[in-house]
Amino acid sequence: MPALPSSVPLSWYLTLSAILFVLGIAGFLFRRNIITVFMSIELMLNAVNLSFITFSYKLKQVDGHIFSFFVMVVAAAEAAVGLAIILTVFKNRQTLEIDELSSLKN
Amino acid sequence: MDALLFMIFAAIAVVCGISLVVQTHPISSALSLVGVMGALAALYLLLGGEFIAAAQLVVYAGAIMVLFVFVIMLLNAGTEHKGRRTWAKYAGAPLLLVLLGLIAIGITHHLPASEGVMFGQFTKGTPLEFGRALFTTYLLPFEVTSVLILIAILGAIVLARKEID
Repeated sequence: MPALPSSVPLSWYLTLSAILFVLGIAGFLFRRNIITVFMSIELMLNAVNLSFITFSYKLKQVDGHIFSFFVMVVAAAEAAVGLAIILTVFKNRQTLEIDELSSLKN
Repeated sequence: MDALLFMIFAAIAVVCGISLVVQTHPISSALSLVGVMGALAALYLLLGGEFIAAAQLVVYAGAIMVLFVFVIMLLNAGTEHKGRRTWAKYAGAPLLLVLLGLIAIGITHHLPASEGVMFGQFTKGTPLEFGRALFTTYLLPFEVTSVLILIAILGAIVLARKEID
């Protein structure tokens, strides 16, 4: 096993962020439960937050932290409205499968 | 020590992220997402973001995930069925791997490899510095987010009450 460096390269953090973002896209594309699709979007937002904070470290400024704080606020608002929409959809259609929620198609 | 801690929490984050995508039951996916968020909070702490690590745990892993779990249990969401295999199933995974490879190549080419993250070198992530920046430079955006939250609350109440035919 190779020796670990004493400090972590910035590119490791950014690569981790990229991996998590791609996992979020994969969940968004492949899953059919609308709640899981929504959670994949949250995973993508988290990945972007990690990038913001890594760049904040690199530039020695606190601005990246503030941006990711705003991302959190927007995610909270989005979760509240999105879950309310999911509740309404389920009340009217009795399903959470996105393949069956296609009445806007055709 | 820094690299070891990074490896541990990065491994937790990636494993939980894969688990989120692979699990078929929404409640398992939600628990995996909590794992990702906890690991990310630890990584924020390594990067010097004390306030944002606490906010990550309280707002994301606490409030937002409780909302998700609440809705999953309210709707009694079960295991998802096997759907038909669309083109996204076949083309998606290779395309995503290509995307990840391109991003990784771009990152490693454009960043100097010598520069590293040491715990304790970034001291501007404390609540003091964070609050000073938030309430001076970013005062207007901060006030606008309060309007956004208000609109979201009203929208959620209206949407959850309405009966659409």
